[in-house]
Amino acid sequence: MIFQDPGFTMPELAPELQTLRAEVRAFLKKELAQGSFVPVCNSWMEGFSPEFSRKLAARGWVGMTWPKRYGGQERSFFENFVVNEELLAAGAPVGAHWVGVRQTGPLLLRFGSDRLKDEFLPRLASAEIFFAIGMSEPDAGSDLGQVRTQARRTDGGWVINGRKIWSSGAHRCDHMVVFCRTGDAGGDRRAGFSQIIVDLKSKGVTIRPIIMMNGAHHFNETIFDDVFVPEYRLVGEPGNGWTQVLSELGYERSGPERFLSIFPLLVELVRLAARDPDARKVIALGQLGARLWTLRRMSVAVATLLAAGQSPEVDASLVKDLGTRFERETIEIIRALAPAEWSAGAPSEYEVLMAKALLSAPTFTLRGGTNEILRNIIARSLGLR
Amino acid sequence: MSEMRTMLVSSMERLLATECAPEVVNAAEKGEWPAKLWQALVDAGMTRAWLPEAEGGSGVGLGDVLAVLRAAGRHAAPVPLAETLLAGWMLSSSGMEVPDGPLTVAPVRARERLSLKKSGKGWTLSGAAGGVPWGGQAAHRVAIAWVGRQEYVVRIDGAAGKVRSARNLAGEPRDELTFDGVALGADAVAKAPAGVSQGELFRRGALARAALMAGATEKAMAHSLRYANERVQFGKPIGKFQSVQQQLALMSGEVAAACIAVEAAGASGGSGLAEAACAKVRVGEAAGVAAALAHQIHAAIGVTFEHTLHHSTRRLWSWREEFGAETDWAGYLGHWLIDLGAEGLWPAMTNQTGIPVAA
Repeated sequence: MIFQDPGFTMPELAPELQTLRAEVRAFLKKELAQGSFVPVCNSWMEGFSPEFSRKLAARGWVGMTWPKRYGGQERSFFENFVVNEELLAAGAPVGAHWVGVRQTGPLLLRFGSDRLKDEFLPRLASAEIFFAIGMSEPDAGSDLGQVRTQARRTDGGWVINGRKIWSSGAHRCDHMVVFCRTGDAGGDRRAGFSQIIVDLKSKGVTIRPIIMMNGAHHFNETIFDDVFVPEYRLVGEPGNGWTQVLSELGYERSGPERFLSIFPLLVELVRLAARDPDARKVIALGQLGARLWTLRRMSVAVATLLAAGQSPEVDASLVKDLGTRFERETIEIIRALAPAEWSAGAPSEYEVLMAKALLSAPTFTLRGGTNEILRNIIARSLGLR
Repeated sequence: MSEMRTMLVSSMERLLATECAPEVVNAAEKGEWPAKLWQALVDAGMTRAWLPEAEGGSGVGLGDVLAVLRAAGRHAAPVPLAETLLAGWMLSSSGMEVPDGPLTVAPVRARERLSLKKSGKGWTLSGAAGGVPWGGQAAHRVAIAWVGRQEYVVRIDGAAGKVRSARNLAGEPRDELTFDGVALGADAVAKAPAGVSQGELFRRGALARAALMAGATEKAMAHSLRYANERVQFGKPIGKFQSVQQQLALMSGEVAAACIAVEAAGASGGSGLAEAACAKVRVGEAAGVAAALAHQIHAAIGVTFEHTLHHSTRRLWSWREEFGAETDWAGYLGHWLIDLGAEGLWPAMTNQTGIPVAA
């Protein structure tokens, strides 16, 4: 693990990045003043705004590390990191493009054919189209090896049958990367899977809402009933799906969205403590600030590995486990310091943020691999399994 | 990655592996000065590493010093290495010669004050300082003393003043020193130069403790991993049980956070004051969690004197309170963050030159 390497020295973000950071801040300030968004917690999941995503795309902040010929800006991994953390800290609605740009873009760049790259990347980078991810199924949650959705070969393509659940935003997205079985497992439960891009407007696709306990609709169940997909929409090699999915995990697990989902609440704590600086609030603010500062440095350190082309699965898992628990603890600590009878219709901004955060918090330690599964990964790296 | 740092740490590891066996740590707790270990550290240049090359040092940076201390923490080295390095920094920055021998620093508590008075050609020192590491054994104590609102760096002979011996939870000497008009020569007193102050000593002391603690959590983790792989119950090593694996994974997260907090604070720009606060708070939290998990994994054997887990855990429980506990530093940090305002919280976290607070 990088963090305990005796020669490890803290990577610093280059000073030039502060110019870009200032640009993003100025943009966000203006948008806030114009009322184009209200800061929310969990904005990369719950803030779905194609218009806002397009505004970011117009500035070159969507898919910014990608090659220019695919609509990117060829900017560095760290420039992208800076833009992302600024957007998240502001609670800006980035949910429309977030997952597609975080996972599908890099997937296509690494494994996709030229045709797939030409067809999808420029429109992802301009936020014209949005991607959902189809991984989990009713009987395949943490245990991805149980996936049963099947793509059968047919003339000129594939015919897909099966069901996917928990696909965020699928009802508003254009395409889904479907993880499915294209061949026999043989003796290896990881073998025989592929990733196929399915146009969600295809005949045979049915999308049903799964309403969350807070009444929100961003999860869906997607049913595939003899859905035809042209041959070339299979990403990479048939049967290589498992490896490809694993390569996405480092990006998925160590980014700033794993500890900044509740940042707007932490800002509220500063206000609460300023108004009434009793020792408990002041100390809590200091403790949470220290944790956040540490987490961010861990995330930057993992980003340097990702930027160098490595797949730091274990380090990324550590960041996500610590980061998402920090998010949930932050909510609990603040609520106890400034309790109210929570209601999403409350007049105060703090109470609304808290009311919403309490109901989304359970997902923080589930999505992208439950923390228990992450700890299994960590334990394996420690030589225990 | 830094090659210099890797070399420094590996030579420290080699040295401690031979000279800092568990028996040495136990003997030190009974009051025996670990002369061989100390001499090995002196010979390897570790005690003067932070001094400029012209003064016999290696001129390494703060980050490297913290990495050396992390290694000392891993081995529970029962010597005032951190204190000697801190004392050397104070003396050398003030233009005073750095004497050989183990040194210590005072005061180590935020609210204590030593006072200095002009007396003929020299000075007299008064006041008390508690919890001084190896205060009764050090060849010299290097202290901050005040004349009105002016701070001075003073070098006090090891025999001067009254010593009331005390020990922390790990049996390390933490003595109370009382100076009742102790005479100091003119050459043992210097106006504290810019950058040297009681506050800065407290900040660097907190960072040093954070580094030692990070090392001690690493050791507690190593003990726990080995025990989980060796101890067989219900027909298999307990490390094969998921409940134990989950605990070890949690612990490894805390250890990682502790190590990175120290490293990041050592590398921070600006005054580094808020970063030291962040590190002391976060490492202190990690210390508590890691110690508790280590003992839970070891069960009864871990609380015996025979097993050496306590060399790490008793130090963690002591060090997290020294040079300011988590609540102290979180209190300072909380006030600084309130001063920066709601709009200032995020910029503070991302500022390239550190969290902007007044030193």
